[in-house]
Amino acid sequence: MIDRPTFSLDGREVAFDTGQTILQAALAAGRYIPHLCYHPEFRPHGSCKVCTARVDGRTVAACTTPAAAGMEVASDTEEMNGLRRTLVQMLFAEGNHFCPSCETSGNCVLQALGYDLGVLTAGFRHMFPVRPVDASHPDILLDFNRCVLCELCVRASSEVDRKGVFALSGRGIDKHLVVNSESGELADTDIELTDKAMEVCPVGVILRKRVGFAIPIGARRYDRRPISAQALQDAPRPKAHGHD
Amino acid sequence: MSTDTTATCPGPETERQLRRVLARWGGAPTHLVQILREAQERCGWLPPATLSSLASALGLPLAAVRGVAGFYAFLHTEPAGTYRILFSDNVTDRMQGSEALMEEFCRQLWVEPGKVSEDGLVCVDRTSCTGLCDQGPGLLVNGRAIPRADRERLALIRELILERRPLEAWPDELFEIADNVRRRHVLLGSNLRPGEAMRAALERGAAVERELAANERSWREGIPDDSQGPLATLREIERSGLRGRGGAGFTTAAKWAACRAAPAGIRYVVCNADEGEPGTFKDRVLLASHAELLLDGMTVAAFCVGARAGLLYLRGEYHYLLAPLEARLEARRAAGLLGRNLLGRRGFDFDITIHVGAGSYVCGEESALLESLEGRRGIPRNRPPYPVTHGYLGHPTIVNNVETLCAAALIAMHGGDWFRSVGTPRSSGSKILSVAGDCARPGLYEYPFGVSVREVLEDCGAQRTLAVQVSGPSGRCIDASEFERRIAFEDLPTAGAFTVFDDSRDMFEVARNYIEFFAHESCGFCTPCRVGTSMLRGIMDKIHRGRGSLHELEEMSRLNPVLQMSAHCGLGHTACNPVLDTLKRFRPAYERRLQALRFAPDFDLDAALAAARRATGRDDAGAYLEDER
Repeated sequence: MIDRPTFSLDGREVAFDTGQTILQAALAAGRYIPHLCYHPEFRPHGSCKVCTARVDGRTVAACTTPAAAGMEVASDTEEMNGLRRTLVQMLFAEGNHFCPSCETSGNCVLQALGYDLGVLTAGFRHMFPVRPVDASHPDILLDFNRCVLCELCVRASSEVDRKGVFALSGRGIDKHLVVNSESGELADTDIELTDKAMEVCPVGVILRKRVGFAIPIGARRYDRRPISAQALQDAPRPKAHGHD
Repeated sequence: MSTDTTATCPGPETERQLRRVLARWGGAPTHLVQILREAQERCGWLPPATLSSLASALGLPLAAVRGVAGFYAFLHTEPAGTYRILFSDNVTDRMQGSEALMEEFCRQLWVEPGKVSEDGLVCVDRTSCTGLCDQGPGLLVNGRAIPRADRERLALIRELILERRPLEAWPDELFEIADNVRRRHVLLGSNLRPGEAMRAALERGAAVERELAANERSWREGIPDDSQGPLATLREIERSGLRGRGGAGFTTAAKWAACRAAPAGIRYVVCNADEGEPGTFKDRVLLASHAELLLDGMTVAAFCVGARAGLLYLRGEYHYLLAPLEARLEARRAAGLLGRNLLGRRGFDFDITIHVGAGSYVCGEESALLESLEGRRGIPRNRPPYPVTHGYLGHPTIVNNVETLCAAALIAMHGGDWFRSVGTPRSSGSKILSVAGDCARPGLYEYPFGVSVREVLEDCGAQRTLAVQVSGPSGRCIDASEFERRIAFEDLPTAGAFTVFDDSRDMFEVARNYIEFFAHESCGFCTPCRVGTSMLRGIMDKIHRGRGSLHELEEMSRLNPVLQMSAHCGLGHTACNPVLDTLKRFRPAYERRLQALRFAPDFDLDAALAAARRATGRDDAGAYLEDER
């Protein structure tokens, strides 16, 4: 039996495989670090910065930083959770998020993070950007008001669906999602309901038409358990280690 | 560039032009930024049909092409005017009167800033620092740089536009840009012939080889000839203590050695000539008047690390330098200084391709620069891995600043000890400062590292100096109590900008200009920088409007640690510096603007009632909430 290398996460050891990042190793070991743009099925992206942790004194994104033996990672600290609260507040202030009328309420990662981290207000002046919805497609609605620019749909459509239906354009605060058609409308793309891109949006941008509120609010994913517990349940479990 | 926004664009001629552009860049999607830039030259913007046709030719999704085009400030996916006049918007341009000039220019042309005139003829807008701070205000007209904008020159430009005179027929005098070199030291004072530094590097290697051959007992005997030559020069670079001149100050020899050691068949040398830090313009002069030294430096670097291809990333604002640089490359090829078997040494192959930027400050960050070189949006990469092992197209790559490569050429010529004898123990060699702002003699000043701020101020004829911004917005602002500090990595590190403010300047407005710059240039990849810089801009504007309170100052102090701790790259890490530095040293400049010491709402109820007053025709005291009108 070969011992796997370990690092310390908030004072407790986490074993990891070479090539895993801090967040991947933590989730596989049943340890939660808050995150938003990371998705277990995709290469880490590192843009939302919610998983920022202090590693040997420096702050880094846990999702993209390779785990290394002997690292001291501080994540569940007031400093880091305070930072995460501010980042979540920034995302709420940046877009137009009206939870009570949102079809994704209760299934929304941004909202769930807000509850779990104890975000009580947006904390900043809302920017109220003008982001018209795209209702051109017969079966799919795009509500850009809620986009947090995590690029999961971009990644899913290009890496899994091999279609490139979504991309980002603009820069800075004007960065926005665009779709792959000359008209700029979703109806003219080759997106299908069965695409991976249809299921990865962590917020309420990519919606199926005519199925809204099929599950009542109160009985949804993060209504049943907080995201800190749900994320661990969703994390890919490691194959049994210790006998190799 | 003669532009044509009429129905002929796109048309058959455009199709032919697109095919030529695609062929020139080998139809490679990795050259998308260059292809888009050149495709735009015909009609001044990228119509949807052009984007579609490029997307299908390159096998890329249209959305991805649109995403790249939408990232760069100088690529336009909407009509941008036959004449596009951009006013450089660095604080030095503003100090030279750019805002009033632009306002008057717009008024005379009957246009609103940022909007194309109804006949499609002209669009006037602002752009980030164009690197003409010593001869500003700077302009870009359809991408061509024009210095020293004043009322007379703008009147002439207006006439030329209204006459619809093609840019090629505008008087040359408008485009003349001065070097303004005020103080020369080892670099600006050097006068090497093209190829001389390369020859010295080869000769040094040959000397080592002869020595080894003569010494039978040398344990190195088994090492093949080829590895000794480059190592001899690499050792000189190491001995010199040379550190990167682009701002970060990484040890050049360590970077080169890591790239050389990375297992690979292909390696690249990249010259970062994307000089975007507001207030910096030294690379412009080096590229214009010391290009041979730079090209020698790139070739020496290639020799040391074992690269066969070099890329020079020229900032879009310096597009006018492209043709002269290309001519130099051609002359070097003819002289055997580029191409195969350089200087007759078998297997020493190296050539250089120039890529031109398209208006993005973040691309000066080395990994964002590589993304842009690969035809993508200029987003800094996640690291590790670092460019020295996984750089351009995944191959080991060194990315060095223009000034660093010039210094490397000098070291190859004169040796590491010679270089080390200049400067301070931890900052060897010289530094070129781009001095601008309130001084009698703006321009380039080259000093040995360790020069005091006061000495520079005296040399450039600065008087009643209130503050100096060292290394641009991402650097530090210092006041008179710190003028004995020294320009060196161990005290005040700098990428070159040295911007002087006298006691007539309002340091709040200086900071506000810098914050606007960061918000405009944020790539938008990470939450803290994308949202944070935009919030900072909103707060500074609110204070500027006289609607601020202590709440705003506290909010900015709250944003700072968020940006410092979690931003993806240096832009975000340093975005709060201008506010923090000026708040610490010039707090009254902020406080006298604060309306209340607690909270003041940005919403002005009285102003909002103006429409009601107009509708009812009332203008009496009772129609106002407060007394003052």
